[in-house]
Amino acid sequence: MSAMAENQSGEVQTMEVLLDSTLESVDEAESIVLRIAGEAGVEEDDLHALGMAVREAAVNAVVHGNRYNARKKVHLNVSRTPDQLSITIGDEGEGFEQKSIPDPLAPDNLLRQSGRGLLLIRAFVDEFELRPRQPRGTEVRLVKYLAKAS
Amino acid sequence: MSVKLSTRQVGDVTVIDASGRITLGEGASTFRDMVRDLSAAGHKKLLLNLGDVTYIDSSGIGELVSGFTTVTNHGGQLKLLGLNKRVKDLLQITKLYTVFEVHDDEASAIRSFQ
Repeated sequence: MSAMAENQSGEVQTMEVLLDSTLESVDEAESIVLRIAGEAGVEEDDLHALGMAVREAAVNAVVHGNRYNARKKVHLNVSRTPDQLSITIGDEGEGFEQKSIPDPLAPDNLLRQSGRGLLLIRAFVDEFELRPRQPRGTEVRLVKYLAKAS
Repeated sequence: MSVKLSTRQVGDVTVIDASGRITLGEGASTFRDMVRDLSAAGHKKLLLNLGDVTYIDSSGIGELVSGFTTVTNHGGQLKLLGLNKRVKDLLQITKLYTVFEVHDDEASAIRSFQ
């Protein structure tokens, strides 16, 4: 189940969605963002990349942040302006230090099974920010620049 | 669609044909179980054909690495075949091109094991 609110004000269109801490929510988050990005004119290869970034961020929120806890929600916010699409994905977990994640590109870490999610997110969006979420948890903000319509 | 896996034997090389998505959950664990079982059964030359794989996420990448480690620890080799551009990009971003031997052509991939 998810709760959704849409708001359109001037040139800013926003959508807020509350998602359960399940893997189905990962699909739902990707689907919502790709629909809005598609409407904004994002092309196929960029859609794939953006979808991947959203999936990785949503997986982090569900698995590492909320740890599948049914009482905790994933907070998805999508904001679209003429210039960019801004996506925030937050969890209600304990939070973590970004520097606690080993560098997945270090030679000694190449064969680690996990720890590549943030690397892929960074690679697939134009801006990336990871920050504490108030009152608790972690949120990531992903930005995809939109091409100007000619 | 989750991943579908099948195996065939070409000489002494075991080719694993994969299709679909290798992502967190069933897709990744299906692959992990197959590689573990093949290694335990003594298959030492494994060629993973990803030609029909449409999507791999970081968990899927992790399973490829885990499979590589499992096979190597059993004294075998795991090589990759038929990567599409998106999967190649993932290997570039994660620097795993330096770990995996990647082939575009099956015949040359098979010969490379000899």
